[in-house]
Amino acid sequence: MGGINKDIKLIDENGKRIDGRSFNELRPIKIEAGVLERADGSAYIEWGNNKIIAAVYGPREVYPKHMQDPSRAVLRARYNMAAFSVDERKKPGPDRRSIELSLVISNALSSVVLLEQFPRTAIDVFIEVLQADAGTRIAGLTAASVALADAGIPMKDLIVGCAAGKVDNTVVLDLNKEEDNYGQADLPVAIIPRTKEIVLFQMDGDMTFDEVEMGLNMAIDAALKVYELQKDALRRKYINLAQEDEQQ
Amino acid sequence: MEKIREIVLPGEEIDLMGNKPGNGIYIENGKAYVEYLGVKTVKSGYLNIIPLSGRYQPQKGDKVIGKVVDIMPSNWVVDINAPYLAPLHVNDTPWKVDFGDTGKYLNVGDTIIAKIMSVNEVKQVWLTMKEPGLRKLEGGHVITVSPTKVPRIIGKDGSMIKILKDMTNSKIYVGQNGIIWIDGSIDSILKVVGAIRLIEREAHIIGLTDRVKDFLSKNKKENDENGRN
Repeated sequence: MGGINKDIKLIDENGKRIDGRSFNELRPIKIEAGVLERADGSAYIEWGNNKIIAAVYGPREVYPKHMQDPSRAVLRARYNMAAFSVDERKKPGPDRRSIELSLVISNALSSVVLLEQFPRTAIDVFIEVLQADAGTRIAGLTAASVALADAGIPMKDLIVGCAAGKVDNTVVLDLNKEEDNYGQADLPVAIIPRTKEIVLFQMDGDMTFDEVEMGLNMAIDAALKVYELQKDALRRKYINLAQEDEQQ
Repeated sequence: MEKIREIVLPGEEIDLMGNKPGNGIYIENGKAYVEYLGVKTVKSGYLNIIPLSGRYQPQKGDKVIGKVVDIMPSNWVVDINAPYLAPLHVNDTPWKVDFGDTGKYLNVGDTIIAKIMSVNEVKQVWLTMKEPGLRKLEGGHVITVSPTKVPRIIGKDGSMIKILKDMTNSKIYVGQNGIIWIDGSIDSILKVVGAIRLIEREAHIIGLTDRVKDFLSKNKKENDENGRN
């Protein structure tokens, strides 16, 4: 990604962004739980033009065996971008960026999953980015947390996130691809909605302390809106199952 | 008990309504929260969450169907569709097995009905076959369903499974771990599999028993007609 294009105007005179949003507006988001038959749990998210599928397997036996932890489960997340997910073909396989994102996502999810309940097991989370349009790590993490809940894995809370950033010297919410590429900074944030604890926080670019604080608050407020969509997606899938229990 | 059972999601705060916290509930700062997706139920003073999804969690006393995946000199290792593989020791089988002769009785790939003898605090599972009805399964067909659907397939006091058995004239054994063994003619196996998939898919729609009966008798008629031609 990257590259600086000084000519592109990301925010017009009326304060509208390139896709017509105002500075604190989210892109349209659609979440669906339980989309895969074979996985223990799964979720699909459309966040703007991002299209991401997340699948959860486990708890299951750990292979390779040396990764096993006798006191808790190991949570292994894999973030992967499809070759066709970006304009120019992405070379398949793990690269520096996706290895880092896999790690930060694993750490974020590990902070809510009650790993002590499944000693000597592994919980595998696969995040496949089918179409990328900035903010995939957060969208992927949001979908992964829905997939974990769908898999019936015990956790303290769902995880939800949102990104903020700086574009044309303005702090804005939820950057799209143009803003990410030609903007000044990107600030992905993920939180535990109940306690507002931060589980993922990165920054790419330069922002002042005040700007970071403003972006962080905006991202947290937006994340709480996404949280409602996550809960809604899970309820939609399971409403029938609850009725069935009712009959019994 | 409440009339409508509502779905609860992880992290949701829950009112204990004077009950003690049971399965699927954790306490933080004196407040109770839900651990996993499920429905609330109250049973003998405890508020429990019944999971609506997830893998099979071994419970002491469950009868399960498992597949032998490894043999050791004095025990077998059995895959019971749980997070852990479960060992079965020769002393817990009805046979008199000499050290190193385990392969003569059960081999890799064999399917057995076993009971969960114990589960300890680190979730290690031990199986036993020392009880009438627990045996090696010969012939038949094995399918897997979600463990949360097992009560639906068995039905109230085994009513649903009885319908399946009577109407198809087949042998069926449902393991608590969601593995089902079916034996009979090819037609009856196919019919039972079809009926079980119907139960899985439509368990929440009222009148399930009638629809399963319909499905089985319709199939029967078709089969009879095919037989005549």
